[in-house]
Amino acid sequence: MMGKVWKFGDDINTDLIISGKYKFKTLDMAELAKHAMEALDPDFSKKVRPGDVIVAGKNFGCGSSREQAPLVLKQLGISCIIAKSFARIFYRNCINLGLPAIECPQAYERVEAGDEVQVDISRGKILDLTRGFELEFKPFPDFILSILQDGGLVEQYRKRGGFAWGDIG
Amino acid sequence: MKGLTLAEKIFTLRLGRRVTAGEIVVAPVDLAMGQDGTSPLAIKAFREMGAKRVFDPRKIVFVIDHIAPSTSEGTSELHNLMREFAGEHGITLYDVGYGICHQILAEEYDRPGMIIVGADSHTCMHGAFGAFATGIGSTELAAVMASGKLWFRVPGTIRVDFSGELPPYLTSKDLALFLAGEIKADGATYKVLEFGGETVRRMSMDSRLTLCNLAVEMGGKCGLVEPDEITEQYLGEEVPDLRADPDAKYEERLEIKVGDLEPMVAKPHAVDNVAAVREVEGVEVDQVFLGSCTNGRLEDLRMAARILKGRKVREGTRMLVIPASRRIMLQAMSEGLIEIFLRAGCIIGSPGCGPCMGGHIGILGPGEVCVSTSNRNFLGRMGSEKAQIYLASPLTAAASAVTGKITDPRDLM
Repeated sequence: MMGKVWKFGDDINTDLIISGKYKFKTLDMAELAKHAMEALDPDFSKKVRPGDVIVAGKNFGCGSSREQAPLVLKQLGISCIIAKSFARIFYRNCINLGLPAIECPQAYERVEAGDEVQVDISRGKILDLTRGFELEFKPFPDFILSILQDGGLVEQYRKRGGFAWGDIG
Repeated sequence: MKGLTLAEKIFTLRLGRRVTAGEIVVAPVDLAMGQDGTSPLAIKAFREMGAKRVFDPRKIVFVIDHIAPSTSEGTSELHNLMREFAGEHGITLYDVGYGICHQILAEEYDRPGMIIVGADSHTCMHGAFGAFATGIGSTELAAVMASGKLWFRVPGTIRVDFSGELPPYLTSKDLALFLAGEIKADGATYKVLEFGGETVRRMSMDSRLTLCNLAVEMGGKCGLVEPDEITEQYLGEEVPDLRADPDAKYEERLEIKVGDLEPMVAKPHAVDNVAAVREVEGVEVDQVFLGSCTNGRLEDLRMAARILKGRKVREGTRMLVIPASRRIMLQAMSEGLIEIFLRAGCIIGSPGCGPCMGGHIGILGPGEVCVSTSNRNFLGRMGSEKAQIYLASPLTAAASAVTGKITDPRDLM
């Protein structure tokens, strides 16, 4: 996956990603996505392009369990989220939707907004094409990688009639 | 068993083999819960998966509490989707007016040693019973409904011991806010907060639930309290001997003397942005909200009523009181608390989440200041992005309603 970087700070909570006032009214993600990140950048949903990447500080996605938060980002075409750290429910929601959530503190220090980056989730590498450097992150356990590669839990179940963690005791 | 934290012990007992922090396990789920903000997406995912039947309808609970009653056609459609799915699969659905999902679980389902997941972040609260309970997303809820199982990384634990007697002006909310200020919003990410010490041992279940409810505001996966005779009294039945081992391996240990603490608030716009009430007293308040899964229980209503009895909510300030469940509301009525609130000029809402997440009733306008007993004061959480939310205890909330300014409850006690 390859795209342009949008950068955000620490503790970006799920209310900032998608406000609670919208999420109870519809399951139409295209409609909800118009409001993604609007408190931080009112035009975010118009500016972001398919493939783009979010790079953020610590505790990204803290707050509510609302899956609408990663869903609206996925809807806008965000191909992966790289952060210093994630809140755990948001992290799991991303994986379950097939949206890679990557912990890589150095990326937040070194990658700048607007950079073009390329991410290889199976090899655990981030390449900053604009600045010409490569960063590594801890690869996902196999069963998580398989969820990402299948495109999320829904697709995995459709494909296999079960979940990849079924083998773990 | 030796060397196990409470969370490790729950997983060990449930899986029938010794497991320790860091291990990835697949565990059976004893109870799965969804509310109206998360169940509709879970139902959609369940159907898209092609799953036919839920694993066990007796272990799934739906609650309509977040926007209840509905305020728009779109919301009504989502509620009806839940009703239809629950009917189709024989799932128990607690409809509008029953109360907040977490309170219903606390009143009717929670038992020590259970593994509970809920598509709501404050599911961490049920650890107050010595159950392992944590929040999940909608797609995961769909996966659990289909398979009855979920993967977990057995969490590491931060042990927090509170010592000393809680003075009458302090509540478990103040303790939790103080802790959030100490360890910050990500201080317990992926970890359990195991609460103990003499102060917690003496706490009511209502207070323990408040403490555990706020674990997620520090990133915590679950807030846990070892079950004891207070748990037994609440449940009306014997509880198993389920305690952390004396030689348990904790990632961190904290000791907090409660006698040194003061009433606390979380200032806008983060739960870890805490201060003593004294530091912000005098800030003018437009709305006070008493309620939510954090502080909408009987003990909370009693505390607020103690301050409001014979007094009035200040002209120009609104105070909204929303009991967390119908059962609580009925008891508050029989104790005369509802009358105290009404005579003081409060607005009483039907049991549910109320304005906590800005969905309906009590939405804040630009420039307004709210003192809320709920759990999040994020920018725009309760309405306008130009509103300010201070989180506080029921005592501080009630005192602030009386004066129309943020007020230390000691001034009115």
